[in-house]
Amino acid sequence: MKYIVAIIQPHKLDEVMKTLEDVEVNLVTVSNVLGRGRQKGLTEVYRGAKEVGSLLKKIKLEIACNEDFMEPTIQAIIKGARTGEIGDGKIFVLDLYEVIRIRTGERGGKAIG
Amino acid sequence: MNSGDTAWVLVSTALVFFMVPGLALFYGGMTRRKNVLSTLMQCIIVVCLISVQWVLFGYTLAFGPDSGFGVLGNLDFICLRNVDFNPFNEYSKTIPHLAFMIFQCMFAIITPALVIGAFAERIKFSSFCIFSLLWATFVYDPIAHWIWGAGGWLKELGGLDFAGGMVVHGSSGFAALVVCLLIGKRIGYREQPFRPHNLPFTVLGAGMLWFGWFGFNGGSALEANGLAVNAFVSTNIAAAVAALTWAIWEWQKDGAPTMLGLITGIIAGLGAITPACGYVRPLAAIPIGILAGVFSFIAVTKVKARLGYDDSLDVFGVHGICGVWGSIATGLFAEKAINAAGANGFLFGNVKLLLIQGLYVVVVIAYAVAITWILYKFVDAFMGMRVEEKNEIVGLDLTQHHESAYTVVE
Repeated sequence: MKYIVAIIQPHKLDEVMKTLEDVEVNLVTVSNVLGRGRQKGLTEVYRGAKEVGSLLKKIKLEIACNEDFMEPTIQAIIKGARTGEIGDGKIFVLDLYEVIRIRTGERGGKAIG
Repeated sequence: MNSGDTAWVLVSTALVFFMVPGLALFYGGMTRRKNVLSTLMQCIIVVCLISVQWVLFGYTLAFGPDSGFGVLGNLDFICLRNVDFNPFNEYSKTIPHLAFMIFQCMFAIITPALVIGAFAERIKFSSFCIFSLLWATFVYDPIAHWIWGAGGWLKELGGLDFAGGMVVHGSSGFAALVVCLLIGKRIGYREQPFRPHNLPFTVLGAGMLWFGWFGFNGGSALEANGLAVNAFVSTNIAAAVAALTWAIWEWQKDGAPTMLGLITGIIAGLGAITPACGYVRPLAAIPIGILAGVFSFIAVTKVKARLGYDDSLDVFGVHGICGVWGSIATGLFAEKAINAAGANGFLFGNVKLLLIQGLYVVVVIAYAVAITWILYKFVDAFMGMRVEEKNEIVGLDLTQHHESAYTVVE
C-alpha cells in the first residue's frame, strides 16, 4: 500500500479531481496549505511597507492506494496539475503500513477503497 | 425651533455614531487575527464609557458656559441640568439643546477611539479603559471648550474649526504619537511580517467612515441648509481626491495601487476637510485633498519608516498630520462668501486668520502631547499599560477577553 501526497496549484484542483476520477481514484483528502519552493514567494506592500517572501497558497492532496493504483494515480495528478510553469508542485510517495476502516474495523488492502 | 434642522441633526448624530463600528472594523481588519476582537472591543467600549461620562460631566466641561479665562465650561450642565427641549441660543437657535448635546457626544466618543490604532495589539484592557476616560476628560473636553464652547478662548480669538480638525483629528493623532512612543514597539516589529489579517473588513470600515462623515461634517452646520450641503459636497470631493493621490503615487512608486493605500487616502482626505468644509467653497477641497494625500503618504511611508516608531495603524500619520493640514488650509481657503460667521483666509487677503489657525494648531499639539504624556505615566505607574510579553505573543483576544475571533475546526 502506498500513501501519495501531492502539492499542487490551487487553480488546478478541479482538473486533478477530474483526472483522478477518470482512473477511478475517488478517495482523496484535500487541504489548503501555504508553502514555498525554489521560486520563493511574492512581495506584498502594506502602506508602503514591503513584506518580502511571503508563502504561496497551495493545495495538498493525500491519497492512500494499493500498489496497482499507484502509477495511474501519479499519472492522473501530473495530467491534471501540470502547466509547465515553475510552481506546479510535487508528488511524494510513501510506504503505507496499515489502513483501518473505522466503521467496520477492516484492515489492509480491502479497507482502502 | 425648526423640525427640519432637528431631524437633520438627529440623523447626523446617528451617522457619526455609525463611524465608531466603522472605525472598529477599519482598525480590526488591519491587526493580526489574534488581536482583532480586542481592537473591536476597545472601540465599542469607548462608546459605552464616554456616553456615560458625557452626560454626567463631560458635556458641561466642554460646552458649559465659560468658567473664566476661556479654558473650561462651568457646571451649569452637569448631569444634563438645564439641557432640555429648548434651544441653547449660543450653539443653535433652531434645535433642542438635548439634540446638540447628543450630536456632540458622538464626537467625544470617536476622538479617544481614534487613538486606539497607536497602541493596538499590546495594551492592557483595564488600563486602556481608565486611560481613555481620563483622556476624554482632560484632553478632549478642554480643547473642545476652547474652540467650540461658549466663551472658549480660541473661539473668542476667531479660530475656526468646523467639525473638529484639531479637536478630533489633531488631538487624537498627536496623542497617538505620544502613546506609541511610550508604550514601545510590538514584539517582532520590523523583524517579522505584520500583515493585515482581513483587508475586506478594513474596506468595509472605511466605507462606513466615509458614509458617517457626511453627518460628521454636514451635521456640524446644525441646520439643514446650504452650508450643510457645502460641507457634504466638499467632504466627498476631498475623500476622492486624496484617495486618488495615494493610488497614483503607489502605482508610480511600487508598481501597483493597493486597496489599503486607497482607503488610507480616503481617511486622510476626510480628516483634512473636516475643519474647513463649512468655510471653504467645494472646489477648494481639491487642493486640500491632494495635499492631504501627499502629506499622509510621506508621513506613513517615509517618516515612520525612517524614525521607526510603531504607530501600529497610522493614527498620527493620517489623523494627526491631516488634522493639522486641514486647520492650516482653513486659514488659507476660508471665505466669508461661503460662511458669514467665518472669516476670509490668506487667499482672500486676510493674514490674521492664518496666524490664528497656526496658533490654534500649535497650542492644541502642545496641550495634547503634554497631558497625554502625564496621563499615560499616571496610569502606567498604577496599573501598567502594556500586557505581559507572553500575553502579547499569545494575543489580546485570548488573554484579555477569553475569546477567539475565528475557529479552525467546528
